[in-house]
Amino acid sequence: MRTLEQTTQEVLDLAAKHFQLPAGSLEPADDFFKKLGIDSLQTLEMLSRIENHFGIELPDYEVQGVSDFKTLAERIQSRL
Amino acid sequence: MKSFSGKTLRWEWRESVIELTLDHEPANEIGTAMLAELEKFAAASTTLTPETSVCIIASARKSVFSAGADLRELYRGAAPLPEKERLAGIRNFLERIHAVLNAIDAAPFVTIAAVHGVCFGGGLELALACDIIIADKMARFAFPELRLGLIPGFGGIPRLKRDLGNAFVRDLLFTGRTVNATRAQAVGLVAQLAGEGEVLRIARTTAAQITKFDAVTRAAAKKFIKPVPHEELRREVDLFCELFARPAVLAALKKFVEDSGPMPYLP
Repeated sequence: MRTLEQTTQEVLDLAAKHFQLPAGSLEPADDFFKKLGIDSLQTLEMLSRIENHFGIELPDYEVQGVSDFKTLAERIQSRL
Repeated sequence: MKSFSGKTLRWEWRESVIELTLDHEPANEIGTAMLAELEKFAAASTTLTPETSVCIIASARKSVFSAGADLRELYRGAAPLPEKERLAGIRNFLERIHAVLNAIDAAPFVTIAAVHGVCFGGGLELALACDIIIADKMARFAFPELRLGLIPGFGGIPRLKRDLGNAFVRDLLFTGRTVNATRAQAVGLVAQLAGEGEVLRIARTTAAQITKFDAVTRAAAKKFIKPVPHEELRREVDLFCELFARPAVLAALKKFVEDSGPMPYLP
């Protein structure tokens, strides 16, 4: 079982890879909409990326309104 | 017409396979322009039937198969009209799109939806009219219509019910959530999963296999296993129009059109 810290780090690594950013360039408290400037299609791509990586389903309504990686990781953790 | 290149889509017939490619900015929304070209396609495919084994429907747009009905066009067209004209317009559109999707559904050749990215609402209804859905593992599926106070209007519920368990259908409809390709395959919506960027190649390989079978047997098997649920489809049009008549629907459409958030498909 992953810890929340491990999950958070994996989410940061996934996002950095997906958006082709240098490793370590994202922080748990970052607002990913502001930092990455992503639109609705990219949000869905990231959701697929997360679900495929963790082998979970993360219904959209559970992450609706979430904008930082730490809270996103908490939502993922509750589905692991 | 063995090939066609229009404003929203194109098709090409080659060695018994038709490839229909949706290519309408920004997200292959199905509005009046795409509907008119889909009608052209339906007519052309009937002519091509004797020499066609398979039709592949795919998208040229990045990250999207189709986001569904063109809600912006729908809102702009419907809002200024008196109720009677608004309802007549929506019924006419629905009857036309149903005719196209029923033709694709019942075509004697095999139809494959090669899906990548977003496949929502009317886009999913187009895919559901096909015999086989092959999905890129990054594809996502949803029926977000209830957020507008509507049900899917292009045959979604009858075709979902034909193929899938009712529990999943209710989950999809009543939450409006998106589901990934793996889940979609697990519930039987998707027949085959493709790696990222591989869906069209896999659809073509599948088409090549299908062409090896006898055309008469293939058509008979399809007719036997996949009857078009005409009666339910007609009831769906009536129910959609009944719901569309409520003022709350126009208000929800307006909200959607003005929404610039990351999840505009959720209420």
